[in-house]
Amino acid sequence: MDKAKITIDGQQIEVDDGSYVLEAAKSLGIEIPTLCYYPYMVPYAACRICCVEAHGAGGWSKIVTACNYPVWDGLEIFTDTPRVINARRTNLEMLMANCAPVPVLQRLAEQLGITEPRWKTGSNYTCILCGLCVRICDEVVGAHALAFINRGAKRDVSTPFQLDSESCILCGACAKHCPTGYIKMEEIENRYIVHQEMNLSPNAAITLPFRQAVPNVPQIVRENCIHFKTGGCMVCAKVCPKDCIEYGDRPNFEEVEVGAVVIATGFDSFDPTPMKQYGYGKYPNVISSEEFEVMNNAAGPTGGKIVMENGAEPRAIAILHCIGSRDHDYHKYCSRVCCMYSLKFSHLVKEKTSAEVYQLYIDMRSFGKGYEEFYSRILDEGVNVIRGKAAEVVPSGYRQHEEGHLIVRCEDTLIGKYREIPVDMVILSTALEARRDAKEFGRKFNISTGADGWFIEAHPKLAPVSTTTEGIFLAGACQGAKDIPDAVAQGGAAAAQAMKLMAQGEVMMDAAYAVIDEAFCSGCKMCNDMCPYTAISFDDAKKVSVVNSALCKGCGTCVAACPAGAIMARHFTDEQIYAQIEGILA
Amino acid sequence: MAKPKLAIYWAASCGGCDIAILDIEGKILEVADFFDLVFWPCAMDFKYDDVRKMQDKEITLTLFNGAIRSDENYEIAKLLREKSVVLCAFGSCASEGCIPGLANFTDKQTIMDYVYKTSPSLEPGNDVVPQTNVKVPEGTLHIPNLWNTVRTLPQVVDVDYIIPGCPPQSNQIAAVIDAVVDILKNGKPLPPKGTVLGASDKCCCDECKRQRNVKKIKKFIRPFEIVTDPEICLMEQGMVCLGPATRSGCGAKCVAAGVPCRGCYGLPSNIRDQGASMASALASVIDSIDEAEVERILDTVADPLGTFYRFSLPSSMLRRVQQ
Amino acid sequence: MSFEPRIVGFLCNWCSYTGADLAGTARMKYAPNVMTVRVMCTGRVDPGFVLDSFRAGADGVLVCGCHFGDCHYVEGNHKCMRRIAITKRILKGMGIQPERLRLEWVSASEGARFQEVVNSFTEEIRGLGPIRLKEWAFVPEQVEAAAAAHGE
Repeated sequence: MDKAKITIDGQQIEVDDGSYVLEAAKSLGIEIPTLCYYPYMVPYAACRICCVEAHGAGGWSKIVTACNYPVWDGLEIFTDTPRVINARRTNLEMLMANCAPVPVLQRLAEQLGITEPRWKTGSNYTCILCGLCVRICDEVVGAHALAFINRGAKRDVSTPFQLDSESCILCGACAKHCPTGYIKMEEIENRYIVHQEMNLSPNAAITLPFRQAVPNVPQIVRENCIHFKTGGCMVCAKVCPKDCIEYGDRPNFEEVEVGAVVIATGFDSFDPTPMKQYGYGKYPNVISSEEFEVMNNAAGPTGGKIVMENGAEPRAIAILHCIGSRDHDYHKYCSRVCCMYSLKFSHLVKEKTSAEVYQLYIDMRSFGKGYEEFYSRILDEGVNVIRGKAAEVVPSGYRQHEEGHLIVRCEDTLIGKYREIPVDMVILSTALEARRDAKEFGRKFNISTGADGWFIEAHPKLAPVSTTTEGIFLAGACQGAKDIPDAVAQGGAAAAQAMKLMAQGEVMMDAAYAVIDEAFCSGCKMCNDMCPYTAISFDDAKKVSVVNSALCKGCGTCVAACPAGAIMARHFTDEQIYAQIEGILA
Repeated sequence: MAKPKLAIYWAASCGGCDIAILDIEGKILEVADFFDLVFWPCAMDFKYDDVRKMQDKEITLTLFNGAIRSDENYEIAKLLREKSVVLCAFGSCASEGCIPGLANFTDKQTIMDYVYKTSPSLEPGNDVVPQTNVKVPEGTLHIPNLWNTVRTLPQVVDVDYIIPGCPPQSNQIAAVIDAVVDILKNGKPLPPKGTVLGASDKCCCDECKRQRNVKKIKKFIRPFEIVTDPEICLMEQGMVCLGPATRSGCGAKCVAAGVPCRGCYGLPSNIRDQGASMASALASVIDSIDEAEVERILDTVADPLGTFYRFSLPSSMLRRVQQ
Repeated sequence: MSFEPRIVGFLCNWCSYTGADLAGTARMKYAPNVMTVRVMCTGRVDPGFVLDSFRAGADGVLVCGCHFGDCHYVEGNHKCMRRIAITKRILKGMGIQPERLRLEWVSASEGARFQEVVNSFTEEIRGLGPIRLKEWAFVPEQVEAAAAAHGE
């Protein structure tokens, strides 16, 4: 492409022929104010605030709009001559004559030294009719939902016929770029729910799937993306300096051959909604422990502040232990982590607010290294610990409104008294439970789940990270509720087991496995579906079933199923068992 | 050199085995030519006394068909054992009990009462029950006593070989005869004692032409309830087919005709109880993990005991019903 | 002398055998009538084992495995449940009370339950009395004596 040499405020620059002065000035770091400029569209020069003085050979000069004045070789531009300032001032004053003194105009007026606009200023109307919204909707979004209406003094921006537009895709681009705030997207800006994962911005179409995602790369959410609705926009591709945006990318499956698998699928958080007595989902200030964690995140929706739904700081907080754990109606087991994180919560509350904290527990289980010390520290911080499981949470009556909006009812078993504790916020320390798809998932790996849904290890003491399937290891809370140190320890053990397996280069098999004697197998296929480990396959050439001894675990269910007695369970053969029967009854 | 002597006997049997021997067609002439037929009550008139007068081990080969369920059956079984070099349990009755063995589901008294007293086909008023000894003017008539429990031949005397089937298929009989002739003529070694002749080690599915897939059964049906698919395994279609638990050798003729195998060739050599093996396999492929539903599905098996033990009750683990 | 039942117990290696072990290490006292055969999984229990136990003189057969959902081999216990259901039908048809065969789920932690199961089953079998298999064995002398009595 041909280049043009131009001078802006005495600085020389070589730019592409056909580009505009504003871009050149920007690349030199020279600030030119704009209102209607959007870099990914054809410039329109509607607001005329970007005007500059152009000088050509032969000594002529004139005022031009920088955004759409094309460069040419030898062009000289001045951006801050009295003539430029005067022109900008006049243009701004004319904009202000029809528009309320919105902040962006006032700021400009201040910069240009306007103390009192020469003409009147608008009162309610906030549009400067720059058309940026209309052009974005047309050129970038491609929805064509906005247009200018009427003429002259009544000119305005609206949807066609001023009716709700069917073409509008609610992308919000018009509102985002409107310089004066004339267009608003009210619903989208509403309070973002505390439980949601972090996005780059509310309903952003490009977002990180979740924090600490690996790889930590944003992805396009197709449902929210303008491009996938209209085929337009593609601004992100223009913005990205590395050309990373790939609209054609689809989730694809890759097959990876591995020698070992570590399953670390974690847990689900117990949903306390069915426990009506605690009013979760009914009272906005009854929140789950996970929501409280999100609230505490400095990068979270409340910026790390502990606030109630109305934004005020709570005066008292109750933390209810064992929600869903140690409960015959839900999970009988202890979730092991709740006592300690509940204590951490009270520490956080004490640190960030002046609220009273009540811990309502069944038993305080601070069993780990340094845990009991932390408990003592919490007590020193003045946290109220009450032994007794909360019975219910109800809204407080008028009388107690002074102290809190909610009442927690419980029996304090240490003093043997029924208590009503007024609080503003209730945190439910919810149980850890097995992932809801654990059973289905386990079937894929031929590992079993226990009655509670956790994956079962090969042996609780001697093989705590192995499973019944060779080469499949367990780590973390998918095997049972556990805290981070335990999960990390188990993860390390699982990794070491996997490494050991791979480093050996060969696999040691249990000698107890099933063998099919070809001479007796007639290929009835009775056994083919018996094997939970899919170790039995059918040899079509020989018309017999075959056991893959590497997959077989030696349970013997196919042996009992074989009507022809063609399968032998090594170490548990029919002969051995019949001999035992004979022996013990002899 | 004298011809080798051949004896064929029927104990508690239907005579089908004898007919199967005749079914070898032209080969029967070779048999008659090669052997000296010394005893075949079904076909020719011999007397037990003729046999009693023989030397021990005088008969080269005895094909014994029929189960043992009377004093007479037992006596002749012992007699033929004494007089034969090789005693062969011929057919399902002799080797495993077969249809006469189904008497073990009940007892002698019930059978006698039904046959001579309550059967609807009896002449009204005639309730004469045969006695073992009846005095008539000419002397005492003696009828052999019927046993309460049907036995197989190997349970009462030492048996050298077994030829299974109800009846053994003629082509298999012909093959066995060829082998015997070969052994006798050319001095080939005998197969080890206890060998099952005229059958293979695999099960009936080996000879079945139907296409077999993984089986999952929600309901058992009987052959008359559906029009069977001629290509697909009958068990997959929901029928109780004993083929998988039955020794092959018959040529899978029943299943080819769309009738599930009933198990007449007996159990394959690796299993101990044909009925239990079949029951285990059948329970394995029931497609349910709900106890009540499993019971409902099992209810659809018509006469499970009679189906699983149709041919093998007297040789099964429990041998007979207990009261 | 009172009747002491002889019971064959088929215990799965992972749950019930371990549960029985636990009952033992916890010094729980239970009826000594159950003699155990360890199998890897109740899915290995062939109906033939049950019938053979009765044939060999057992008065009862106890099969114990993992609770549903806990099976070490995913669902071997379901297969066992189906096989025991059909075996009970065979026993009934053979004139042996199906109650003499019992299937119980005992987990590795249920030592007390194992004790309870063994005790109650032993008592139940004691109540049912011994099995005397009728005419199982073929005794030539008896048959010949009977034949002689019938003879001329």
